[in-house]
Amino acid sequence: MKFILMMNMKTDAESMSKGIMTWPKEDIDRHIQFMMELNKKLKGTGELVGAEGLSWPDQAKLVRAGKDGTPVTDGVFPETKEFLIGYWIVDVESEERAYEVAAMASAAPGRGGEPLQMPIEVRQIMAGPPEEEL
Amino acid sequence: MGSGIEHLLRDLAPQVLGVMARRHRDFAAAEDAVQEALLAASIQWPKDGVPGNPRGWLIQVASRKVIDEARSNAARQRRESEVAMEAGYVLPAANSVPVDDDTLPLLFYCCHPSLTTSSAVALTLRAVGGLTTAEIAKAFLVPESTMAQRISRAKQTIKESGIPFRAPEGEERERNLRSVLHVLYLVFNEGYSASQGEQFLRTDLASEGIRLARTLCRRIPANPEAAGLLALMLLTDARKHARMGSNGEIIPLDEQDRALWDHDLIGEGIALLSEALRQGSVGPYQLQAAIAAVHDEAPDAKQTDWPQIVALYELLIKMTGNPMARLNHAVAVAMDEGPEKGLRLLASLEGDERLSGHHRFHAVRAHLLEMAGDAEQAVIGYQTAAVRTGSLPERNYLMRRAARLREAGR
Repeated sequence: MKFILMMNMKTDAESMSKGIMTWPKEDIDRHIQFMMELNKKLKGTGELVGAEGLSWPDQAKLVRAGKDGTPVTDGVFPETKEFLIGYWIVDVESEERAYEVAAMASAAPGRGGEPLQMPIEVRQIMAGPPEEEL
Repeated sequence: MGSGIEHLLRDLAPQVLGVMARRHRDFAAAEDAVQEALLAASIQWPKDGVPGNPRGWLIQVASRKVIDEARSNAARQRRESEVAMEAGYVLPAANSVPVDDDTLPLLFYCCHPSLTTSSAVALTLRAVGGLTTAEIAKAFLVPESTMAQRISRAKQTIKESGIPFRAPEGEERERNLRSVLHVLYLVFNEGYSASQGEQFLRTDLASEGIRLARTLCRRIPANPEAAGLLALMLLTDARKHARMGSNGEIIPLDEQDRALWDHDLIGEGIALLSEALRQGSVGPYQLQAAIAAVHDEAPDAKQTDWPQIVALYELLIKMTGNPMARLNHAVAVAMDEGPEKGLRLLASLEGDERLSGHHRFHAVRAHLLEMAGDAEQAVIGYQTAAVRTGSLPERNYLMRRAARLREAGR
């Protein structure tokens, strides 16, 4: 079963004041290392389909089709305070396993090496048609 | 399949394709047929041994496939078979030059300026590099079917543009050669910039870029910019083992362990460059190679000949006006004459939007501010750059650098 596991970043002033940009270098290093190892682990178990980091939230654009179909690009709504920052797509045996993997990601270390316990959104990726009933 | 056979097939691929493309007007069909012949060889030769005339074998098998394909098309189109088969049997043009190999016309063909660069890169790697679609897809981290489509559309674009299959002459040659060099540079750069470790490639793109550049130089030996490009690649590749840490971290030039640099490659690059420069027709690749050579010749970062580098960037800017060259020039000026001078240069560049919004502008300014002792502004600069870069290793590097500087301040 395929699931997407999504990690968000909060961009309100208080969250940003505690965000990764403010951590000591050692903690940044540890966080990056953790993510690399998580991906390696998931590759090793044959569960990783893809994992990507996204560009920083303030680089995000909202695009709509203009009247003649050409793209109209805007900055994001200033009220939006939470953005997708990365995701994993995993192919796993069960929903429970997807939750286990999400918990691994959620435990990524933050300031002082403490697990961040970020909420990771888990969504099943729609699959193909079901097996025919015999 | 033994690597001997693999190398043989990759070397023969463009030659066979060249012959087929001359014989049959349909380049796309010829290319498909050659791919199938290569696949057949990769299966049969390890078992039956390499034939006495491997090139002839491939041409014969590929030709049969083109004929079969033309026949089945004819069957589908009913009684237009005569015409369809004729299309597969076009005799070589009366004035075609019999050459031993057609790699050069093929390179010009695949790198034609009418193609987008990503199309040209994919097509060149397939047709001239002899890589399989799967290998190219892996190199660019896209699904195989996506890459197959990209290549197929590239062939279609060329077909529709009616570009003839021959190496161009005169001014057209000069213009198209710039395209060829650009495509090869992109291939190399893509391989060089991609992080190691995670990106396993059976065929390493940077090596492929070098191999294609060598192939080109052998066929146009007097061309200084082609030699300059190859020299640039060698002088850059020479540093590859020092530029990344064990966890994929970027290590900047001034912190690299120069004992890990490949001094044979450096020697070769410098020799090539010297020979090219002697011809007195300096171009951007020769200049970039010269800058790389000045770095590579310094036994340690402190002994870098910065005034030389400043002068070379000034020439490069005059020649190309390239904004990144201006940034690098500002760094070189700072190293030579102090960070304040470099910062003043950057301030004068702020009006250029191509630069002032670019993450590298902020990274360079942060670096110079750090040199000048303004840690607070430097940290902000590094963070601004981190937020804007599209490269994950670079973002990590810039974030770490900001953190390091923040801590040093305490």
